[in-house]
Amino acid sequence: MQNYQKQMTITEIRSQFPILDTCVYGKSLVYLDNAATAQRPQAVVDCWKGLVEGSNANIHRAVHSLAAQATEAYEGARDRVKTFINASAREEIIFTSGATASINLVASSYGQLFVNQGDDVVVTVCEHHSDIVPWQLLCERKGAVLKVLDVEEDGRLNPEILKKLLTARTKIVAIAHISNVLGVVNPVKELVSVCHAAGVPVLVDGSQGIVHEKVDVQDLDCDFYAFSGHKIYAATGTGVLYGKRKWLDAMPPYMGGGEMIETVRFSGTTYAPLPMKFEAGTQNFNAVPTLVPALDFAESARENPEVQAEQKAILDYIYTQLTQDNRIVLYGTCPEAKIPVFSFAVKGAHHEDLALILDKMGVAVRSGQMCAEPLMDHLGVTGLLRASFAPYNTLDEAKYFITSLLRAIEMLQ
Amino acid sequence: MTLEEKKQEIIEEFSLYDEWLDKYEYLIELGKSLEPFPEEKKTEDRLIKGCQSRVWLDAEERDGMLYFSADSDAIITKGIISLLISVYSGRTREEIATDDFGFVAEIGLKENLSPTRANGLVSMIDTIKNLAENGR
Ligand SMILES: Cc1ncc(COP(=O)(O)O)c(C=O)c1O
Repeated sequence: MQNYQKQMTITEIRSQFPILDTCVYGKSLVYLDNAATAQRPQAVVDCWKGLVEGSNANIHRAVHSLAAQATEAYEGARDRVKTFINASAREEIIFTSGATASINLVASSYGQLFVNQGDDVVVTVCEHHSDIVPWQLLCERKGAVLKVLDVEEDGRLNPEILKKLLTARTKIVAIAHISNVLGVVNPVKELVSVCHAAGVPVLVDGSQGIVHEKVDVQDLDCDFYAFSGHKIYAATGTGVLYGKRKWLDAMPPYMGGGEMIETVRFSGTTYAPLPMKFEAGTQNFNAVPTLVPALDFAESARENPEVQAEQKAILDYIYTQLTQDNRIVLYGTCPEAKIPVFSFAVKGAHHEDLALILDKMGVAVRSGQMCAEPLMDHLGVTGLLRASFAPYNTLDEAKYFITSLLRAIEMLQ
Repeated sequence: MTLEEKKQEIIEEFSLYDEWLDKYEYLIELGKSLEPFPEEKKTEDRLIKGCQSRVWLDAEERDGMLYFSADSDAIITKGIISLLISVYSGRTREEIATDDFGFVAEIGLKENLSPTRANGLVSMIDTIKNLAENGR
């Protein structure tokens, strides 16, 4: 396994990601769609491959040696996630297939027990569809009401406004740590504290937050924290749900089957203790252990001064470029909370055209509604263009992106 | 110009450009030169499904020939639909319905669009064929 103890230069980091050497249409790839999915370092690829080739066996069930190795790798990942987010116990870490599955689990299981007709659930206008639709389904099922918290002009959520939305019937609040469109860090701790003062638990969609912030779930005091592995350099099909033990203990199982049981009788079944209670069926044991090298990489990159300096330079440069050009409208502008995820519109140029031309220049960006239709409606746009950066991106790439963008705008006007 | 001659003309036109960016410049010009599409025709039933941008297509029959008009809020998409219209407008229903639209592959258009956009192109072609086969 890769040792990240020694501090790497950005060039050395890039050499860990062979895919970055790809050419598209004869141009060097500049990958700026990291908020959709990140690339994987070689250590993750090697781990993944090693598991398939070397220790493929179903976990938790058999007594043979391969199964023991696979189980150890899988449970080792749980310990790594626990320390990464500073959960108080490993039983509070549930593996899922991704953030969407984690949120659905809570909406379904917590919702079944705690949400009743006439209650309300609060989400925000800047949520990803994955943090809206599960709550809508719950509200439809239970006859509950879905309330929506607005976002401030600068892209942040305001705890004072949230406070006014809460009532005695509010059963849960779901908020993004960082919106995948707006790219600003929400004041999660304050938002949670306002909810707790009203006796309401909070689910944090950490899909983007886990990548850009150092997350301490005990410090945030959130009740649930959900994220996907693929956005933080791990294998696809991996995901995490952190939940406070008191909730996870109380909640009914989400899916039935596999290892989530204690005893099964037709007269009644009893369930396995946490975390297995929520891990029904064969788990993604070839992929989950890749969270270990992935989180190792994330941590080393976050603590690397060279990466920090480059990310800061990219952030300042792009922010300035996108806010000083009066043809461009940047959304999510709060400077002190900004992360290098930039969504913007260009006057007189369609986001689809821009993305298409940028693609031919070797620049991979996202265009469209980015799974946040309610936010697009709120902003009054049909879609946006988004450039999102990772620790392996350089200031030179940022400059190439801006030059290419300006050229694309020229072509279209 | 016959349908075959028109297709050949476009294939030759496209072969003049080596770079995809130049092909896009050409499509952008085509998009800009498309005749204005009346606002009142931008209705839900004229919208082509399966495109990331919005594309409207309309057909009228005169003297046994179909004439298409279209618009899009994205200019490259508008250029693509403009290209298709320049080939298929003023043809009979039968000519359009029996055509294989193979020239689109010959100019490398479909292969060079991302899957979502390639789907958009397929939807445009299907809509043109449908209009020829069934009318509106
Ligand atoms: C903020 C946010 N929430 C939820 C998701 C859904 O993640 P996944 O599709 O990996 O379940 C995403 C990813 O697109 C996201 O950015």
